[in-house]
Formats: sequence, C-alpha cells, structure tokens
Amino acid sequence: MARTPPSADVVPDQAQAVALARYRAPVEVLPDPHQHLAHHFDTPKQQFDAAKVGMWIFLATEILMFGGLFVAYSVWRANHPEVFLYAHTKLFRYLGATNTVILICSSFTMACAVRAAQLNQRRLTVFLLALTLCGGVGFLCVKAVEYTREYRDGDFVGVLNIYQQAVYGKNAAKIHIGEEPQTHAGASTQGQGASATTVALVPSSATRASSPAPSPWPLGLEVSKVTPAPPGPAGLRAGLRIGDEDLPTPKPFSLTWNELPPFAKAHTHQFFQLYFLMTGLHAIHVIVGMSLILWVLIRAARGSFNQYYYTPVDLVGLYWHLVDLIWIFLFPLLYLIH
Amino acid sequence: MMPILAQIGSRLWMPPAASSFAGNTDWLFYFVYWVSVIMFLLIMGLIVYFVIRYRHRPGNPVPRSATAHATVLELTWTIVPALVMLFMFEKGFHGLIDETTPPDYAYTINVTAYQWGWNFSYPNGATSNELHVPLDVPVKVVLASQDVIHGFFIPAFRVKKDVVPGRYNTAWFEATRLPPVRSDGKRYFDLFCTQYCGMAHSRMRAKVFVQDSTSFQHWLDATANWVAHTPPAVAGHKLYQIKGCMQCHSDQPNTIIVGPSFHNLWGHTQVMSNGEKITVNENYVRQSILDPGAKIVSGFQNDMPSFRGRIKDDEITAIIAWLQSISDKGPKPLPMTAPKAQAQAHTPGTAPKQGGQH
Amino acid sequence: MSVTGAHPGIFDGLPAAPRPEPGGNYLTQTRGLRSWLLTLDHKRIALMYMLGVLSAYLLGGCFALALRAILFHHNTQVFAGNPARTWEFYNNMFTLHGAVMVFMFVIPAIPAVIGNFVLPMMLGAKDVAFPKLNLASFYCWVGGGLFFCFILLKGVLNVAFPALIHLWGPGGLDTGWTFYTPYSTTTNSAVISATLGAFILGFSSILTGVNFIASIHMLRPRGMGWFRMPLLLWALYATAVIQVLATPVLGITLLLLIAERTLHVGIFDPALGGDPILYQHFFWFYSHPAVYIMILPAMGIISEVISVFSRKHIFGYNFIAASSLAIAFIGFLVWGHHMFVSGQSPLADAVFSLLTFAVAVPSAIKTFNWTMTLYKGDIHLKTPLLYILMAIFLFTIGGLTGLFLGSLSVDVQVHDTYFVVAHFHYVMMGTTLFAFVGGLYYWWPKMFGRMYSENFARWAAVVAFVGMNLTFFVQFIMGAQGMPRRYATYPAQFTIYHQISTIGAFTMGLGMFLVLLNLLHSLKFGKKAPPNPWGSNSLEWQTTSPPPTENFKTRPVPGDPYDYTGWRYVSEEEGYVRIQPPPAAPVPAAP
Repeated sequence: MARTPPSADVVPDQAQAVALARYRAPVEVLPDPHQHLAHHFDTPKQQFDAAKVGMWIFLATEILMFGGLFVAYSVWRANHPEVFLYAHTKLFRYLGATNTVILICSSFTMACAVRAAQLNQRRLTVFLLALTLCGGVGFLCVKAVEYTREYRDGDFVGVLNIYQQAVYGKNAAKIHIGEEPQTHAGASTQGQGASATTVALVPSSATRASSPAPSPWPLGLEVSKVTPAPPGPAGLRAGLRIGDEDLPTPKPFSLTWNELPPFAKAHTHQFFQLYFLMTGLHAIHVIVGMSLILWVLIRAARGSFNQYYYTPVDLVGLYWHLVDLIWIFLFPLLYLIH
Repeated sequence: MMPILAQIGSRLWMPPAASSFAGNTDWLFYFVYWVSVIMFLLIMGLIVYFVIRYRHRPGNPVPRSATAHATVLELTWTIVPALVMLFMFEKGFHGLIDETTPPDYAYTINVTAYQWGWNFSYPNGATSNELHVPLDVPVKVVLASQDVIHGFFIPAFRVKKDVVPGRYNTAWFEATRLPPVRSDGKRYFDLFCTQYCGMAHSRMRAKVFVQDSTSFQHWLDATANWVAHTPPAVAGHKLYQIKGCMQCHSDQPNTIIVGPSFHNLWGHTQVMSNGEKITVNENYVRQSILDPGAKIVSGFQNDMPSFRGRIKDDEITAIIAWLQSISDKGPKPLPMTAPKAQAQAHTPGTAPKQGGQH
Repeated sequence: MSVTGAHPGIFDGLPAAPRPEPGGNYLTQTRGLRSWLLTLDHKRIALMYMLGVLSAYLLGGCFALALRAILFHHNTQVFAGNPARTWEFYNNMFTLHGAVMVFMFVIPAIPAVIGNFVLPMMLGAKDVAFPKLNLASFYCWVGGGLFFCFILLKGVLNVAFPALIHLWGPGGLDTGWTFYTPYSTTTNSAVISATLGAFILGFSSILTGVNFIASIHMLRPRGMGWFRMPLLLWALYATAVIQVLATPVLGITLLLLIAERTLHVGIFDPALGGDPILYQHFFWFYSHPAVYIMILPAMGIISEVISVFSRKHIFGYNFIAASSLAIAFIGFLVWGHHMFVSGQSPLADAVFSLLTFAVAVPSAIKTFNWTMTLYKGDIHLKTPLLYILMAIFLFTIGGLTGLFLGSLSVDVQVHDTYFVVAHFHYVMMGTTLFAFVGGLYYWWPKMFGRMYSENFARWAAVVAFVGMNLTFFVQFIMGAQGMPRRYATYPAQFTIYHQISTIGAFTMGLGMFLVLLNLLHSLKFGKKAPPNPWGSNSLEWQTTSPPPTENFKTRPVPGDPYDYTGWRYVSEEEGYVRIQPPPAAPVPAAP
C-alpha cells in the first residue's frame, strides 16, 4: 500500500519520484498525492498549474506597480539630468553593491530550497530557507545602515532634505537671485497652505542692496549668506555650514559634491525622493517576502510539504526572485549613474 | 445642407459663436451631432421594429441559428464607421491646430488665476479682474496659476485651457461680435473656471467685455493708473470688490460670509485665536493682507491666501481709507466735500460702468 | 437521476429537471452567521458582495440626490448666512458621490457580484480557482469601504462638534474623485484616508481579476474551447486583464500622493520642481481603462440576455469576443484624452484623439451585432430583456456623445462641462447600471430560487429609465452651452436645465426603490423558480435553482452556449426542459 506508485497524471515527474525513493532518509509512508487537493480541482497538477498562473499574474501586477515609479524616474531624470548626476554621488555605492550580491545569493539559495522541497528533502529545505532568510535580514541591515547615514547627512525627501531646507525652507537663508526671473506669476507657486514650509524665492530688499558682483553660476544664483535651518531631529544638523564655503570656479557636470553650490545641493531632494520611494517600496517587498519565507519555513519544518505538494515554497520562491529582480534594476539606475 | 440643419439645433445646443474659429468648431459639432442622430435613430428604429415584428407569438417558427454571422456585413459596419470617424478626427485636429496657433501679431494679456479669482494684466500695466478685449483683434492669453490647477473657459469663444501651476499655458481668440445684453443690463460674455479648485470654485467666474479698439484703448489708459486718480476711500471700496475681498468678507453689519465683516472693524478691538487682543490699525490691516495666517481672529479659520505680490502699497493704503470710512471709529471726513460724486465721475476700470457703454 | 442523462421520460415532456436534494442548496446547507462570513463558496461571497455594493449604491445615490437638490436653485443656501459652508458641503457631496460610486459600486458591481456567482458555474466548475483569495477580495472591499465610511463619519461629526478636528484631524473629502494635485496635496480634508481606502479597494479588484483569469485558463471543462465560452466569460476575462494590469498603477499613484502629503516629496508639486500633469497621466493610465472595467462586463451581460430572449444564436460571436479584447487593449492607450486642454503637445492630442476614435469602432460593432441578434428572433420581452434594451439605448447615446469628446476642437468646448458628466453617466451609470439590474433579474431565479413579479418589475424599469433620461439628457444641452461641472452655484440662465435634471434624479431614485421593493418581495412571496426559466443553454442553468454548494450533482457537458434548439418550454414546469439528450461528451470525463 505504502509503495504504490501514484498514477501517471498526478506525478509531476515519475522518474524523479522513483529516484528520490532511493535517496530519501528513513523511509516512511509515501504521502497521499491528493492530500492537499482542493475540492474544485480535478488533479493536483491542475491545482499546481492554477496556482502558478495566479502567481505569475500577481507578479505582473507587482512589476506594473514598480513600473509607475520607473516612469516617474525616467521623467525626472530626463527633466533634471544634472541633479541625478551629482546627487547619486552621495549614495554609498559599495553598500549597494554588497546588497546586490547578498540578494543574488539569497535568490540562489531560494531556488535550491524549491528544488529541495520538490525532492522532499525536508532538512535541506529548512536549512536553505533559513539561509535565504538570513540573506533578507542582511540586506535590510545594510539598507538600514545606508538609510541612517543618508538621514544623518541630511539627504532626505522633499522639504525634509536639509539642503532644500537651508535654501528654501521656512527660515531659509537670504537668497539673492541674480537675474530675477520673477514675472507676475513667477515661480511663486506656493498656494495658501501649500505645504507650509515651501516658500517661494522672494528676494529681500536688504540682501539685494548688498548683493555682490554678478554670480559666477550658470543659473544666475548666488548665496550671499546662508544661515542654517533650525535644529531638526538630533544629528540632522551635523556639519552643515554652507555659508562658510568658498565658492570654487564652476565646472558644471564635473563637480564633486563639496564643490557644488548650495543651490544645486538644494535640488538633490529631487533625486532622493525617488531614491527613497523606490528603495523604500522595495524594502517593504523584502519584508513581505521574508515574512512569507518564514511562513513556509515553519511549514516545511513541520513537514507540510512533499514531492506532491510544494506549491507554497515554489510561489514564495517566485516572489523572492521578483524582489531580487527589481533590485537588479534599481541598483544601476540609482547607484551607477554616468 | 449642414448649415440648415445646424440652424435647427443651434437654439438648443451651442451658444452663439463670437470668435473667429467658433464657426469651425460649431460646424464639426453639428456634423457629429447629425451623424449621431441618424445612427441613433437607425439603431433604435431597428430594435423597436424587431421587437415588435418578431415578438413571441404562439406558433412562431423556431429561429434558426444559421444567420449567426455574415462576414461582409460585419466588415461593412466595421469599416464605414471607422472612415466616418477618421473624417471627424481630421476635422477636429485641424480645428485644434487653429485654436492653438495664435497669429504673430496677437495682443498679449497675462492671466493669473488664484483661489478664487482672476487677474488680467495688460502690456501697459493695467490690471483688472474682468477681462476686456478689443473687437476683431487676435488676443493671446498667457495663463499662470498661483496655487492649484484652474481652467480658463469662455464658452462664447469656444476656448478652454487649463491653468497649471509651474508652467505657462497659452490660448488665443479673436472676438468677432459684441456680447448680448444680459439680465443685469450689461453686455458681457461669461468666463468660467472649469478645473475644480476648491471651496469657491463655482464663484470663480469673470465677465468678458468686448470693446472696439478706441474705447478699449481708452479703458486701458484709464485703468493703468486709476488708484492714483481716485479718492482713497472710494478706491478702497473698488479694490474690495475687484481684488476678491468681497467673496469672503462682508461690508454689512453682522454678516459673515467666510471671514470677519469689515463693517465697524477699524478701531475696534478684536480677540485673536491665541487670546491676544488687537485694535485694528494700519499695521494690523497690512499684515492681515500680506500675511493672513499670522493673526487669526478668534472663531475663524486660516482660509485666506496671501496677497503678497498681488497688491501694491498704495492699494493697501486705499483699502485702509475705505475701512476707516465704514467704521464708526474712523476719522470723520470734512463735511463740505462730496467725494462720492467726484469719485463716480473719475472711476474708470470698473466693470459695471464699462459694460454699460456698449 | 442525472442532470443530463438521457432517459425515456424526457421525451414524454416529463420534467427532466433535477429535484432539490434533501440536503438543500447553497443557501441552506449550512447555517449561522459564521458560515456566511467565513465561507469560501463563490456564490455566498457573491451575495455578500451584492449586499455590500447595493449599500454603496444606496449611499452614493443619497449623495447624488443631495447634490441634485442643492442644484435645484442657482444659489442654494443650506446653511443660512454662510455660503462657504454650503459650497463645501456640495464639494464633499460630489466627491463622495464619485468616489463611492466608482470605487465601491460600478467597478465591483458586475464582476464581483454577477461574475463571482456565474463564472464558475458557466465553466461547470465547483468554485473559482482561489476561493480564499475570493474571500480576501471581499474583505479588502469591506476594508476600503470602511475608510470611506470613516471619512463620512468624521466629516459629519466635525461639523457637529468642531473641537473634534483637533482630536482626529479633518474629515470629509473635497478633492473630486480624481484627487488632482496640487489641490489634493493642499486641501484640508481627509485625502489620506480616501487614498488608502481606494488603494485597498484596488487590491480587492486585483484579487478578483487574478482569480478570474486563472479560473478561465485552468477550469474550463473539456469540450469548452476558447470560442465556445459564453460571451460573458470573454467580457469578464478582458475585464480581469484590465484590472490586473491597470490597478497597480493606480496603487502606486495613490502611494505617491500619500507620500506627497505626508513626507512632502514633491513629485507632483511644482514648488519642488515636480509636475502636476504627471499625476494626471498616472491617474488616467488607470482610470481610463477602469472605465472599461465598468462597461465590458455590462456588454457581456447584454450579449447573454439578448440572445436567450431572442431564442436565437448571438450574431457575430467572434466579432463580439474579439471586440472585447480590442477594447481592453486599445483602452490602455487612450488615457491622454482626459488632458486635451491641460497643455500637452498637439501631437499627443492627435494621437490620443485617433486612438479614442479607434476604441469607438469595437463598441459600434457590438451594438450592431446585438441589433442583428434580434432580427428574425422569437422575442420574449421579459424584464431582463427590457433592461438590456434600455441599456443599449443608453449605451448608444453615451457612445455617440463620446464622438464629440474625441473630436479635438469640439472637446475644447465641452471638456469639463456637464456634457462630459452626462456622457459618462450615460455610459457608466446608464449602461452599466441597467445591465447590472437586468443581469440581477436574469440570474435572480438561479440565485434565490424565486421568480419575481414581471409586471411590477417592468413598471419599475420604465420609471427608472424615464428618470435616468430626464436627469442626464438635459445635461448634454447645458454642457454644450458651457455649464462647467462641479459648480455649487451657477449662472441663472442654466436654472431650467438643472431643475429638470433634479426632478429626473428623484424619479430615478423612485424607480430604483421600486426595483428593490420588487426583488425583496420576490424573496418572500415569489413563486419557486424552475432550474431553467429562460431556456438558456449555458451551464449555470443546468442545475437546480438555487444550486447546491458544489454547484452540480453531475458535471454538465458543455455545448454551444447559444444553441437553444435543445430546450422547449413546458408550462407545467413554468420553465424550459431538454427535448433531446445533450451531445455525447467529445472526450471522456475526467477521472
């Protein structure tokens, strides 16, 4: 009874089943292929295929969701190429590369785990899943280090970006606009209540009077004196003394970060908003993926899977590969800009 | 044929055309209209006929499934509508190109939209909150928004464009006829905001006055410097009307629209939301106009936009003078002068008077 | 005895219908609230969805009546002496009306209620591919709906007790259902709750779509090739593809909006270098295909019903099926026609205009095919067919007025006016609602095993139809004359049109109330329904009414779904019975 070979249409790969019978550790009763068959499916294969189809469709929705961000990225990069060029130098490229390696390795262990589950190797499955999980944890740790350092440097989204605050923020520095482009509508797009901290470039008459010689900057902008923004969260204020910098000769597109004028730095929030949104959404997916891996890990440890039923491992594997794949796109787009 | 058919519908559908390209738009409208009417009658006629003719009766032959398709027929009703629609597309695209390409010599008016009003500024420095345009002259409008997206729409001219913050959109038109006389006895076209922009979106309307070039020029000259030529209190009252203050602030006793009433405001002490007590004086009024969120009268919300950049110093002075004139604590005018009468004679740039001249 | 088995009794006109087993049907086999709330049965989930979306319709309808009432006079003052509050109230009403109707009623109505109920049975299957996801989809819908209820509650309580604003923030929603930036990022209303709600409702939609695609791919019985599927399945398949491909883009758009409001990231904020038009592109990339999510299933119902009641094979099956896919495909490429006046380049305008006309062609094909299906039929003008003919009437008007909007220069005039309002109400509200109600009447006997009062149902239909046209036809006229949409007050010259429209809206409300009365009455007092009251040949009718939990006692054998020659009306049964055995199964049944 226990050794009865299952009928042909329910075994994904009969040869494989025969083969694994030899390798399996302490031989128990062969699992019932129909144990997990839901009542509305005819065969386990149909059920497995349906689950796969469903998962692939779901992955398509995930790709489209990120697709929206990639479109936003293209639009912004096309509109502000120089911002991307100098802002990305603030990212920690080696940490990003480390993360890429970690994710690729964890994707590999995930694939191995799926294979092990197919072969009904319970301990190996659990081990490989745990390894994958460690990869996820490692990735998040590295990411946390990156985020912390970026946050400490003041590179953050929108009006929370320290350079943006310094130039445009509530207690913004007194900016002089060399050739004032202000028309009747001008750049003063701040509505009443439009994110209360964005204030348009209204030059104060005092600074205009004391304005120095024509600006050396292509944008026609110059900072006469910048007072730092009010103390933000602890640590945020470290090391920002824009006003004291000596402005070097402008060499657009070949400047290092420290050579950049404050006004240019203030625009880097346009890059960081995309950086944080894209990597943040990706990190959420990593967390979701890790929760799923933990779930199948526990089930695998309990022995829920066998050669006839390993669908959850397979589907979670697909999801994890997608998470990996998205990072493979994110890394060059964000870290390796030329 | 088409013009006659257009005549039949014109009472009901499109408003009277008053710009150079409105005729083309209307032609296409009525073309699509009659194609639609014919198609609709055809389909509905057939359905009603079939339902009556082939209604179930005892002894009806069992319908045969043989007529389940007819490829030639299918292709016909695929291709013919497609061709008709291609024609509509072509006409519509041509029309749009005409509507988006102003002539080089067009007269330019800068339009600023804000919550919730319009500001039209003319090359000679005149500004107005009603649109005045010369007759038979192409006018290009450059649209800018100070806050959210608005929509610039003059139905009679068949012109519409969104007013998007952070960019300039343009539109143009050439008025070809004078507006009809409206129920208030003046002659103007309507201008609507068509992009939802918040609480008073539906009040964001303006009047469009069309004038022959002589009277338009006269109006322009008078408008450019009107505050200087007007007694301050009278000018202040006009500013109250045209700068949009009256949409939220009443000048009647004990009437509140959105913000505090201006009647008997000057010189009286107000309690602020932070408990501070302030007597309304020049500096308080100035601050309330330029930085309305700084001090909020208790019981009100911070709804008012800043007028910084939209109001000049002499205009604020005029408003102060007017506030004084409608308060019992304001300085009393000398009894013998009659500023009202003089002012009436010298007040240009006000829509009601201008409208009446046509 | 088997459903489809051939035995001598059939040929004597004896009932071949399966009798309800003593075990009962899916409504009665298990009892108790838990057995409903935790059910995995697609039919029960469909009924829970029905209860939900009809409540949403009631709510949205109340908002609609409130705003129509405000518009009865050109300068209505609800709160005496405080016009601003009236305008705010109106703005909240039209926003909530749009958001609730679109996200909670029209999008889920047909797929989640009728599709959920009918799709597995049409496939001869016991359930959808993923019953648990199906239940999850329902609870996502409930969760999203709670956000909107929360907004409403907050709005009402904030008006009553202004101090509460400091406690839990602003309530109400006044952005319009499109959440256009930058207004939506600056307004002081509950935008974040609303976008979160819409985001979760989007999940509900995606889960339904995934389920339907997988079901149609994997659960089709042997003998039912792609081109032997009922057209409703084609329509639901095309709908599901749109749901799956477009909804995630809405999801990311709404997330960006939330990030914009909470973190001030500035992707859409011109003050921070962003572009508000980009938001519109994102939004309409979802929301234009969403229009086809609303209309395609309605077209599927029309195709089913019109053929059954003409007792005649649907005309041009292949063209109708292909046009569903064509609409789904081209529907992804026309979003830009919502931005003809927003300042995009004339070239983009031209491309989107051309594609918009292109999407009109398959719609026209469907209409012609439905008309020709009636030709030389044997037409039974029962309630479902009446609704479906009304839906075609409304769709023809709605579709033809789309030509005005697609023509660029005319669109400049009617864009953002009541013309557009009337157009999309004719399509989404007219066609979809009437097809939905027609579909409810059509499958009602299968759902509950009861017949309703025909005469009463027809009168209710006429009242609703008259109300619908009164409400919206005049809106075409005032729109062409320049009446902008979303106006709380308006110039006095439009008063007469608004008054007719308001009267129509209340008439329509009365009609829908009569429909509800009719259907509820049937539950208690209706006659017992036969298994196949209309003589359809598609599989859901080849079981008892209502069906057992597992749908079929014996798996039915699919044939041509529009071949009615095998069924004959038997008056003792008050329904149709087979007059010949079904063709032998082309392949042996699955083990």
